[in-house]
Amino acid sequence: MKLLRQLICTARRRSPWLFHMNSGSCNGCDIEIIAALTPRYDAEQVGARLEASPRHADILCVTGPVTNNAVGVVKTVYDQVCGPKAVVAIGSCPASTNVFIDSRTLAGPLDKHIPVDVFVPGCPPRPDAIIEGVAMAAGILAKRGMEEQQ
Amino acid sequence: MNIITALARLLIFPGLLFAVPVAWFFLWVERKAVALMQERVGPPFMQPFWDFVKLLAKDTPPRPGIGGKLMRAWPLIAVASAVGAVSLLPVWPGSGGFQGDLILLIALLEMPSICIIAAGFSSRSIFGEIGSAREAALSLSYNIVFLLAIVSIAASQHTFRLDALAQMPSTPLHWLGILAILVCLPAKLHINPFSLPNAEQEIYAGALTEYAGPELAMWELAHGLEWVVGTGLVATLIAPQISMAWLSGFIFVAISFAIVLLLSVVAAATARLAIDSSVRFYWNCTLIFAVLAVASAFLVRFRL
Repeated sequence: MKLLRQLICTARRRSPWLFHMNSGSCNGCDIEIIAALTPRYDAEQVGARLEASPRHADILCVTGPVTNNAVGVVKTVYDQVCGPKAVVAIGSCPASTNVFIDSRTLAGPLDKHIPVDVFVPGCPPRPDAIIEGVAMAAGILAKRGMEEQQ
Repeated sequence: MNIITALARLLIFPGLLFAVPVAWFFLWVERKAVALMQERVGPPFMQPFWDFVKLLAKDTPPRPGIGGKLMRAWPLIAVASAVGAVSLLPVWPGSGGFQGDLILLIALLEMPSICIIAAGFSSRSIFGEIGSAREAALSLSYNIVFLLAIVSIAASQHTFRLDALAQMPSTPLHWLGILAILVCLPAKLHINPFSLPNAEQEIYAGALTEYAGPELAMWELAHGLEWVVGTGLVATLIAPQISMAWLSGFIFVAISFAIVLLLSVVAAATARLAIDSSVRFYWNCTLIFAVLAVASAFLVRFRL
């Protein structure tokens, strides 16, 4: 049984599938996520794959400061991701709402609405930082799965 | 073929025990080849295996009612029929077979795509339904060419036995049929330029949008097994028959591997075609070609 648990943990660490969600971002961080998957940085080396449906994903990558209109969508998509799951907040916006702080159109930051595991700060963050954040989230995911089973 | 050899072929070689690792290997080869074409490093060797294990250990959303039960059943039927199709391939010379096994192989080969169509509709997601409709339209167009190609090969050799077909000396006609099968394979495997049923990002994940966890793992496995059957069928028809069992097994795997590489390179080098272009491609260009193959197969036979 222990061996099986270890196998599952390794699999979770080595196969993080991402779902990318924009909650009102300026598109800067979204471009950097794409850059992380393109040949120069190649996130597929750590097993990451950008999935088209939240049902397939393990890690939810959220960009943007969470506008009033996006709150419901963020929560819905978070619920659609099947467990065990992790959330990576990409950029300064989901972490602190950045330069938009105190705006009346915002409901951010992100961790007011869903639990966030890894923050990748930057405006926008570099692609290598995003890959590191995803790898950290995959590690958290593996550990969390282990604790749940114990 | 008695029950023991049939079970051995289904469960050990070339069935489950052999085909599943090969399916993972082919999925890796495909991803790696695309990565290399794009000058990336690509996924590690064990990637499809890790993906499979991870998906098996994930939760699935609650699926109430008969629709939910059907949604769980489709991927299992797809995997079962794909394994059945693999086990029919005559990898070893003289491994036995029966009259009409080619027809059974084609029927089993068609099951995963029918399951995908049904799965998309039973998931009741709008993207799933679009994906299923596209898959159905595409399957109607490529299958005619595919079946005609098979019929032309079978008619030129006057048999529906796979092992007999594999042992026949190849004629130019034979190659025409094999070429037509090769043209159909990208559509059967949903890879570029005919990847529109599961067009990533465009219609989310197509028919599989609502699938998660172990069910998705089964779909991945069925897809890998489809790679094994599709390339294996061509390899059976191409491979020269050698009496040494291990050598013929090796040649079979090597030819399959070469076809996977070829298809991956085509997939990496092309863009996705729209549904009308894909259907027109199969109806206009290749249908004529396949009809010619069948006609000449019959002509050759009656002259002989």
